[in-house]
Amino acid sequence: MNEQPVTYLEETMAKVTIKVNGKNQTRTVEDRMLLVDFLRDELRLTGTHIGCDTSQCGCCTVHVDGRAVKSCTMLAAQANGASVLTIEGMAKGGKLHPIQRAFSECHGLQCGFCTPGMIMATAGLLKDNPSPTDEEIYKGLEGNLCRCTGYINIVKAVKMSAKLLRGKKH
Amino acid sequence: MYSLSYVKPKSLKEAAAFLAKNPEAKLLAGGMTLIPTLKQRLARPTHVVDIGGLAELRGIAAKGGKLVIGAGAKHHDVATSAVVKKAIPALAGLAAEIGDPQVRNRGTIGGSLANNDPAADYPAAALGLGATVVTAKRPIAADDFFQGLFATALEVSEVILRVEFPLPKRAAYCKFHHPASGYAMAGVFVAQTAGGVRVAVTGAGPGVFRWTAAEDALAKAFKPAALEGLALDASGLNNDIHADREYRANLVRVMATRAVAKLSGRK
Repeated sequence: MNEQPVTYLEETMAKVTIKVNGKNQTRTVEDRMLLVDFLRDELRLTGTHIGCDTSQCGCCTVHVDGRAVKSCTMLAAQANGASVLTIEGMAKGGKLHPIQRAFSECHGLQCGFCTPGMIMATAGLLKDNPSPTDEEIYKGLEGNLCRCTGYINIVKAVKMSAKLLRGKKH
Repeated sequence: MYSLSYVKPKSLKEAAAFLAKNPEAKLLAGGMTLIPTLKQRLARPTHVVDIGGLAELRGIAAKGGKLVIGAGAKHHDVATSAVVKKAIPALAGLAAEIGDPQVRNRGTIGGSLANNDPAADYPAAALGLGATVVTAKRPIAADDFFQGLFATALEVSEVILRVEFPLPKRAAYCKFHHPASGYAMAGVFVAQTAGGVRVAVTGAGPGVFRWTAAEDALAKAFKPAALEGLALDASGLNNDIHADREYRANLVRVMATRAVAKLSGRK
C-alpha cells in the first residue's frame, strides 16, 4: 500500500490511572496500548480474553464506567480516569456472582474461552433490561461469539441470571 | 498498530488548532471504526486526538421544529433517549440496530457521519430526513455532506459539532443487516417531510444515495403498492461475496416497501 520507507515515531508514553475493580492502578504505558493489554499484561488480569483481535468476538468485554465495551477496541489512554470492572471483580468474598453461578449451573459453556466476555455482556444486558425475552437475549449478546455451545445453554444461563438478580433485589 | 501519540484536548478550539498544525492527526471519538483500522495497520496517523469526552459535543434536545443531537452522542444514548423517541422514533430505532451493544456503548453519531461508511446506518437517516451537519465552521446540508465511499464535505481540520434533524411528519427505517457484522446490506430510510417524500439508501451502493424514482412514486401515492414494479438500476450497486448487485437492487425495493408499510399500515 505504501512503498515509502517507514519512519517510526519515537514511542510516546503516558501515565494512565484506571480504577480497576475498585482499585486505582497507575502505569506508564505506550499511547497505542489497548485497554485489554493494560488489563492482561500490566495488571496480569488474564480473565479478560483476546479471541479475535478484530472487534468481533466480545471475549474481551469489560465494563467502563458501567457500560459493556470491547476492551480490545479502546486505548488504555481513553480509559484514563475511568472505572473498569473485569470478570475478576465479579465474585465477592469467594462467592460467585449470580451470573457466574448461573453459567456454571446451566453449563453455559464448553471450552470456557468466551465465558468471561459472555458474563460481562450479560451483566450489561441485565442492567438495561432485567427481564429479557429470548429474542432480547439473542440481540443483547450479538456482540459475543461462542464457537462451542450453540448458545442454547448460554441463553438458559442468562435467564437464570435474570431470575437470581431479580430475586436479590426483593 | 503503528506507534502514535494520544492527545486529549480540553476544548474543541484546542482540538481544531491541533488538527490544523498536524495534518496527519486523526480525530478519535468512539473509535469503533478507527481503532480496528489502526490495529490492522490500515492507517498510520501521527496522533489520535480524543474528542470523545468533550462536553461541547454532548446533548440531545428538541427545539424549534428540530431534533438536535450533539456529535458526541453515543448510539446507546440516541436509542434510549426519551426526546429522540418522541421526536423521531425511527431514528431511535435505527440507533438501536447499529452493530452490537458494546459498539453502541462507544460509537458516536458524529463519528459515524464523518466516517461515512457505505453501509452505515446514520447516513441514511441524515440524508433521508434532510438533516444539517453543523461544524465549527459552517452548516452543511446532508445533500452536500455525503460524497461517496468514505468521503464527505468535511475539511481536514473540520470538526462536527452537532446534527440538526428537521422533524418529519412520519419516518421509518428498514434494513436487511448482514448477520455477522450488523452492517446494512441494504437499508432504506423513508421520510415524509415538509419538503416532500425522501428515500435514502445505504449499504447497497458505494455511498448513501437518494432513490428519486421511489420518492416521485411515493409523492403520488404514499403506499407500498406505489413501489411495485419500480426497479432500481443495479449497475452502480455493490457486488460482493455477500450479495450481488441485482440482489441488492431487489433488497432496496423490499426494504423501501416495508418502511412504507410500517408508516401507512397497508400491505
